[in-house]
Amino acid sequence: MTTALNTLFITAEGTRLNKEGECVVVTVQDQKKAEVPLRHLRSVVCLTRAWLTPELMESCLEAGIHVSFFGMTGRFLARVEGVPGGNVLLRRQQYRAADDIARSVAISRALVVGKLGNARQFVLHARRDAAPERQEALSETARRLSEHLRALTRVEDLEQVRGLEGIAARDYFESFPALLKKSAQGFEFDGRNRRPPRNPLNAMLSFGYALLAQDCAGALAGVGLDPAVGFLHEDRPGRLSLALDLMEEFRAPVVDRLVFSLVNRGQLKPGDFRTESAGAVLLKDDARKTFLVAYQEAKQVGVRHAFLGQETTWGMAPHLQSLLLARHLRGELDGYPPFAMR
Amino acid sequence: MTVLICYDVRVSDPQGPRRLRKIARACRDHGVRVQYSVFECVLEPKDWVVLRARLLGAFDSECDSLRFYFLSEDDARKTEHHGARAPLDVEGPLVL
Repeated sequence: MTTALNTLFITAEGTRLNKEGECVVVTVQDQKKAEVPLRHLRSVVCLTRAWLTPELMESCLEAGIHVSFFGMTGRFLARVEGVPGGNVLLRRQQYRAADDIARSVAISRALVVGKLGNARQFVLHARRDAAPERQEALSETARRLSEHLRALTRVEDLEQVRGLEGIAARDYFESFPALLKKSAQGFEFDGRNRRPPRNPLNAMLSFGYALLAQDCAGALAGVGLDPAVGFLHEDRPGRLSLALDLMEEFRAPVVDRLVFSLVNRGQLKPGDFRTESAGAVLLKDDARKTFLVAYQEAKQVGVRHAFLGQETTWGMAPHLQSLLLARHLRGELDGYPPFAMR
Repeated sequence: MTVLICYDVRVSDPQGPRRLRKIARACRDHGVRVQYSVFECVLEPKDWVVLRARLLGAFDSECDSLRFYFLSEDDARKTEHHGARAPLDVEGPLVL
């Protein structure tokens, strides 16, 4: 399983992908760029218009490799996957749990506990390296997140869980200016905005979350769950609600951490972004490449899975959490154990 | 596991080019070509069984040779490459 987790990102205009033997051959402007054995891949992500041969598409679907397509602005368009994995019995359990208010509340609460706990850890980690004047703001955020975590144990219905999650998210985003080093100029943050993101930080967050959502959807589909039927997120046509649920635990430690380290280390500068006439801020092509490389590297970083008691990587974590969720839905685990980082 | 595979095939033999192609194809399906007759393959044990059988079935023990070097993670890290055709790191970020 571990050798087959890589993602092939296509970012160059005019890329053609075809199959030779058991390999994907990547050709850009009639020049052969790479040959990747299919067995190393878990997904192919096309961030630009790419051309795939039907033979390759067939092999990807047979090998369980997901192919996803994003629009030129980074908007998610479609994902192609083969026959769903797992079995229908598990999916029925999932639907029943989603219809059962009490179980939905329990799972949603666990997801939010994971989210807030990891956000708090991320803020505390950042505080260690922060300048003294920023430390206070970060401590305050961590304290508020602890309060919300305590409040969570008392909420009884789904609306309250969602409400609390919203309040906590706002408090957490308020700490974002304090996460920026002084050297990181031109990355002002005045709150989260999306559709379209209106400043560079929001543009990176949106792009990172879109990638993470696809990884989570792939992980869920891999164990046979339906990524579209969630607990915390309501059903909505075209939305991968369960993928968004699963993603909550990983937003802060994977995407937010990555975004702030790129900015604070000066790997991305305000000049790496461009503004469209409608006010949407987008990453320029080179910046997008830098971001993708950093994202893939962030997934290689090791982390300890406290519940399973084993070393793993951030890239593996959504797969492990999907397995644990499936076990819970099957009734083998009393509750869903969220991923808790230290 | 990482296996470094090297081969020599006698191409002057009438069946030589055919065997060479077969061996190269088997290696390419499982790994990355680092030089003309040298491949690095990162494999699950079950894939190694398949690849090894394919290679041993394709070569002619009378006139060809096959060498397998099993690399530890540490050995792989100690590898240097200089010059043209730097091979693709199939486990690293693949952004093209």
